Amino acid sequence: MTTPTLSIPDLETVYDVLAQAIDQAGPEKSELFLVKLALLNANALGRAETMQQHIQAALQDL
Amino acid sequence: MHQPTTEPRPSIYYNYQVHAPWLPSQHAAQPRHKVVIAGAGPAGMVAALELARHGVLSVIVTPELQVSQGSRAIVFTRRSMEILQQVGTAQRMTENGLPWRFGNSIYQGQTVFRMEAPHDADDRFFPMLNIQQQYMEEYLIDACAAQPLIDFRWGNKVTGVEQRGDHARVTLDTPEGEYVVETDWLIAADGGRSDIRTLLGLKMEGASYEGRFVIADIRIDLPLPTERLAFFDPVWNPGNTILMHREPHGIWRVDYQLPPDESPDDALKPESLKARIDAQLDMIGFGGTPWEMDWSSVYSARTLTLPDYVVGRVLFTGDAAHLLPIFGVRGANTGFQDAQSLAWHLAFVLKGLAGEKLLANHSAERVGAAREIIDEAGKSTRFMAPPTRGFRMLRDAVLSLSRTQDFVRPLYHWRTSRPHEYTHSMLNSPGDDNALFTAGPAHGAPPRNIRLGADDFLLDHLGGGFELIYFTDADAIPQPLRDVVAAARQRGMPLRVTAVGAAQAVQGADLTLADAHGHFRQRYGIPFSGGAYLLRPDQHVCARWLTLDATRLQAAFNQALPQ
Repeated sequence: MTTPTLSIPDLETVYDVLAQAIDQAGPEKSELFLVKLALLNANALGRAETMQQHIQAALQDL
Repeated sequence: MHQPTTEPRPSIYYNYQVHAPWLPSQHAAQPRHKVVIAGAGPAGMVAALELARHGVLSVIVTPELQVSQGSRAIVFTRRSMEILQQVGTAQRMTENGLPWRFGNSIYQGQTVFRMEAPHDADDRFFPMLNIQQQYMEEYLIDACAAQPLIDFRWGNKVTGVEQRGDHARVTLDTPEGEYVVETDWLIAADGGRSDIRTLLGLKMEGASYEGRFVIADIRIDLPLPTERLAFFDPVWNPGNTILMHREPHGIWRVDYQLPPDESPDDALKPESLKARIDAQLDMIGFGGTPWEMDWSSVYSARTLTLPDYVVGRVLFTGDAAHLLPIFGVRGANTGFQDAQSLAWHLAFVLKGLAGEKLLANHSAERVGAAREIIDEAGKSTRFMAPPTRGFRMLRDAVLSLSRTQDFVRPLYHWRTSRPHEYTHSMLNSPGDDNALFTAGPAHGAPPRNIRLGADDFLLDHLGGGFELIYFTDADAIPQPLRDVVAAARQRGMPLRVTAVGAAQAVQGADLTLADAHGHFRQRYGIPFSGGAYLLRPDQHVCARWLTLDATRLQAAFNQALPQ
């Protein structure tokens, strides 16, 4: 199974939209916002295993 | 000298009766007992009543002179009611309790999840019944008093336990001083703060959670149905959880989480209780409604168990054996199952019908049940009272999403106490047809109740021994099966044979149930005559066959009663 990835223009769009959304949520609510987003994305992904891989990748080099 | 209080405990709805202490000077010298039970709570009394049913005399000792302080356990599950039916108190529970089946999780004024516990026409009892623990204990005390095989001793506190190889020596303190009894087995049903567990220096395994909750019982007239109400992150108690339950006599249980830095003493101050209860009533639209306090207490969630419930000649049961979180009503409801299991396993060992291996099986089954509950209850606890910043963040994200996103709502599910299935019990018959069935209760499962007629259910007819349920439309149980049954009874095995599916009384059966429409056979997955189920004395399935023969019936008996 091939995994669809974002084109560079789409990645740039997500980059901007996410940055603006974090600013819109504000410093006190940005974590809550990001966790909500992660749960929505995980549900759309439909694979707990892939989500776990993403979590491990994101934990690297913090 | 042990001097329990002789003052009736305070209550605005329950009339405490103070019993006279049992004093050794007023009784003859003590013989060696078969069973002494420490603790007159739900687990201890159900163990005594079930032992008596199997013909075993027991002595119950309790340090108190009256029933439990406060309502404590208030929600009883269907399986608990089925067990209480076996010991004779289910009817009084039903007459005086409040049945229910819906639970609501509320966030920012919106019901974001509604639990509907299934209720089947074949069930005699509702999924849940609310009644205060004092009544539950009172009914059990009355049942014990009516049972000549129970010697009930108020005001007797265990202060010493000595393991002596084939028996235990137990020191009991009374209002006139100490005396000593010897007993083949000591059942430690002395609750979450078990003195016996401490005396033996035993350690429990598992986790303790830091979140503290206040339980308060108030009398108030609220026009709300008997349903569980759970409020998440309410405005007056940000980040925390509040639970409400209706109890009989116009009492409501209000259960709220404390901020992490607040001490239990501060939390139980009248002004603190009043401010929070008023805030909660205000939030649900009943601010200013008059109310009166009955009882309050503080608890924290723990998921702990002893690794083995058999320790020499001491058998741990109920909260003495494990501490389970209150979420999911797991204390008394688990204790009933523990006690029912312990009683028959122990009775069969004492009567020489099985070896002590059977007690090892009891421990393995019930420790397994506790670990399963701990796993499930841990999930509920981490949602209700998040133990770390990470868990809190996830919980808060779920609360926030749940207002619009269906997929997160099942995370609110309140995993309610349910009977453990002994799927891998060593008592299950390996040579039966369990795997070939497509319906019906499987190996180790509790029985599925069946409505037989008006106010007449299958479980009304079961209990007190093994049950062979034989499905047939013939007029007699085949002779080879009857021979195996007769030989087992000859050895002393209590065994009832119930025939299902014939219009006339079936020869060789103690009871015949017609099952004219085939409903019973269908629910038990029996496609044709000649199938059967073997139930243990706790009614859990240990063998089932599509076609029963004498050899396999004998094999199932041998498996269920290891020597």
